[in-house]
Amino acid sequence: MENKEKILEVENLCVSFHTYAGEVKAVRNVNFHVNRGETLAFVGESGCGKTATSKAIMRLWNPPFVEIKDCSSMKYNGEEIMDMDKKRLQALRGNEISMIFQDPMTSLNPTMTVGKQIMEGLMLHRHLNKEEARKEALNMLRMVKIPDPEKNLDAYPHQLSGGMRQRVMIAIALACEPSILIADEPTTALDVTIQAQILDLLSNLKKEMNTAIILVTHDLGVIANFADRVQVMYAGQIVERGTTQEIFTEAKHPYTWALLSSVPALAKENKQELYALKGTPPDLLLPLNHCPFAARCEYCMQICKEQNPMETELTGTHKVSCWLQHPDAPKVESFYDRRKK
Amino acid sequence: MQTIPKDKFTIVGVEPDSADIIARPPINYWKDAWRRFKQNKIAVIALIVLLLLVFMCIFAPIFSPYEYETIDKEARNVGPCAAHWFGTDKLGRDMFTRVWIGGRVSIIIGIAGALISMTVGCIYGGIAAYFGGIVDNIMMRIVEVLIAVPYLIVVILMSVVLEDSNIGTLLLAMTITGWCGTARFVRSEMLRIKNEEYTLAAQLLGVSPWKIVTRHFIPNTMGIIIVNITFSIPGYIFSEAFLSYMGLGIQPPGTSWGALASAAQSQFTFYPYLLFFPVLMIALTMLCFTLIGDGLRDALDPKARK
Amino acid sequence: MGKYIIKRTFFAFLTLIAVVTITFFLMRSIPGDPLAGMARALPEETKQAFYAKYGLDKPLFEQYLIYMKGLFHGDLGESIRYAGRPVMKTIAETSPISGLYGGIALVLGTLTGVILGIVAALNKNRWPDYIVMFIAILGTTLPVFVLISLAQWVFGVKLGWLPPSGWGELKHMILPIAVSAFGSVATYARYVKASMLDTLDQDYVLTAKAKGLSDFQVITRHVLRNSLMPSVTIFAGSVVGVFTGAFVTERMFAIPGIGFYYISSINNNDYTMVLGTTVFYAVLFIVMQLVLDIVYTLIDPRIRVSGKK
Repeated sequence: MENKEKILEVENLCVSFHTYAGEVKAVRNVNFHVNRGETLAFVGESGCGKTATSKAIMRLWNPPFVEIKDCSSMKYNGEEIMDMDKKRLQALRGNEISMIFQDPMTSLNPTMTVGKQIMEGLMLHRHLNKEEARKEALNMLRMVKIPDPEKNLDAYPHQLSGGMRQRVMIAIALACEPSILIADEPTTALDVTIQAQILDLLSNLKKEMNTAIILVTHDLGVIANFADRVQVMYAGQIVERGTTQEIFTEAKHPYTWALLSSVPALAKENKQELYALKGTPPDLLLPLNHCPFAARCEYCMQICKEQNPMETELTGTHKVSCWLQHPDAPKVESFYDRRKK
Repeated sequence: MQTIPKDKFTIVGVEPDSADIIARPPINYWKDAWRRFKQNKIAVIALIVLLLLVFMCIFAPIFSPYEYETIDKEARNVGPCAAHWFGTDKLGRDMFTRVWIGGRVSIIIGIAGALISMTVGCIYGGIAAYFGGIVDNIMMRIVEVLIAVPYLIVVILMSVVLEDSNIGTLLLAMTITGWCGTARFVRSEMLRIKNEEYTLAAQLLGVSPWKIVTRHFIPNTMGIIIVNITFSIPGYIFSEAFLSYMGLGIQPPGTSWGALASAAQSQFTFYPYLLFFPVLMIALTMLCFTLIGDGLRDALDPKARK
Repeated sequence: MGKYIIKRTFFAFLTLIAVVTITFFLMRSIPGDPLAGMARALPEETKQAFYAKYGLDKPLFEQYLIYMKGLFHGDLGESIRYAGRPVMKTIAETSPISGLYGGIALVLGTLTGVILGIVAALNKNRWPDYIVMFIAILGTTLPVFVLISLAQWVFGVKLGWLPPSGWGELKHMILPIAVSAFGSVATYARYVKASMLDTLDQDYVLTAKAKGLSDFQVITRHVLRNSLMPSVTIFAGSVVGVFTGAFVTERMFAIPGIGFYYISSINNNDYTMVLGTTVFYAVLFIVMQLVLDIVYTLIDPRIRVSGKK
């Protein structure tokens, strides 16, 4: 398990959307890394920059409407993604880093058979001929456990159910055995039972291929079962990061507390009302020089409204950006712990 | 780390209001659409030009010293000059006045034609979609039959059958099957909305059919219908010009841009200005409606709303 | 799938009968005597003989049945204006002329329009887009008779490169083809651009990009087919558009095509000719639509495989 080779290092990533209303800074100076073979989860509310970050890693955003700022650095295996030319990027996409999207209903080309869509990547990156690619595609369909793969290889997407289509998406993404798989809310659009199947499938494939997974989700349940490390994002920034264990048992950021408190706990005997965080995240159009969570935070202090907190390192893996970690700050008991009692 | 005064570290918590203030005020759909339309400079210019044209059509003939049908034998085929800004035709009639009078007919036909076919189409398509089943089936088969005859043929046949060509008969000829396209498209829009989750939710909540129609169906199709009206107006102005060329259009002494242009085209090498002004007006109007339509489509499409 | 085609064909047939019926009674309801224009000077007996010849002395409904019967045998009656000249013969002689230059114009115009639409979509908000949209708008803002006047004047009179009108030689065809194609260019450029931009926004295009396909591969393999498919549905309209647009084109260029005769038969009150030609147009349109409907089901797997729309 001690496989700590960094496969991806992201430093100071800034992504801006240029809209008619002005520049929306969707991702603000984000730093993180991914180790070979691990699962890193991004969690946060809608619009907090999770998807913007994951698409930026593959440079899938189209300028000029979306801009990855020059200050950003993303190193894949030590190679700077920001400096890659078109050719290199194409060789990277689908081969070394690949991605599956949220909605399997619209993510497959409706006029191309499933088999052909899987074969495309194989022929491109592994230079297989048609027959070899077809054989390999068939293997992939078996691997993602699609029933009757021979028949479904020639099926069109509309003939398959949502869960099956997401399996096909996974087959496409994993066909070339990439080192990193970015899964952008892979189960959000699916039934709960199908969700579990897809996640099981992903975690088995991950072990088999030693692929690192970046899992983007807002579902803490998924993370608890599936991720090695978690990064909590809020308003385009990472506010807390740590191992799954650390985030679920020793969370230090009030926003993380809020997220954890809003998950229903089935085992609880005395049923209590679910916690609902009031308000909405700040408008990313505006400059943000203070703690982004200040306006919604129960423990908000004067300083929170004036300065953005630095990241405090609690353990080698657990880091949090919150003024409550300052030596002068009062010691508070999280309401999450309080509720657990 | 810089020193921070200790008093900054007292918990103030959430101010009761601050969390509930939504960062951006909610914007009314039409206000928002108007705001976006205004940002499209080309569309705004087109709108201004169009309003100017309409203004001239209404007022220019009133303040012009000439009547549009007055024949002046002394001033035949005069080129544009101070007395006659757009010149005169072979009967000595003032073209400036005639162009704006013709504009009235063309624009009225364009707008009325679009409105009539849109209204009929909306009602027809709406009824078909609302009742569904066999009613829908029969109604749509009828439309299919009507659509099967090429549009211009229908217009020609109707104009021949109706004989007397005035604005009313022309409009009838042009809209008699003109609404079919709208009916089809309104029906499919309605069916789409009928199956949307929010309509189902409203039905489950026991909202009355009337309210569902006025709250969900109409507002959600309004934008796309307005865009359609804008795009179909040029079509009617064109059809009228075509009929005029065929000799089936508005009859003298009445006139329209199409009639003026087709009368002038046979001798335009000699009197180019007779063709130039009506054609310029037609082209400008077409262009304005097309550009406004483009602007409206971008502004009114709720899917593009971010 | 087979069932779907049979059903479509059956409905097309019903539509056709309905259209013929409506047109027939519409033509008969035209005020005035169909023979009035020419028969006034004729003695009564000759007039009666005329009526008998064209079956106009029979009750209206019987006339209709006779007409329908003739129609199934490919007989559209005789021209009233030019006695002894079957309508069918006129159509058979004139339509190939319209079909020839119209067909060339249609193919050239559609191809150019599609290509320009693609170019505009791929260069959105850059100069190629602006040029294409300028051409497209020009094509939709000028009435066709003005366009023809200008073309005749510039190329026929001013530059003297081509004959301004006439028919028979290759050089006579160039201007009519160019003018007729212009409309298709404008229509398809706009349509294809819009549909292409729509396709480029689809999620599966992102999937294709994430696979590592080059821009060229993404467009040729995933975008083109999906964005060109809908334009098949407007092609039926273009085909008939070439024929009906020919009313003006043929009259101004003096081309002896079907549109030319259609207009002169309207002006001559030649009712059988008008009726026959209208039926011809309707048949053309309905058949075109049926064919394209079937073509569409063949190229779209969503309909082909599940067998319904």
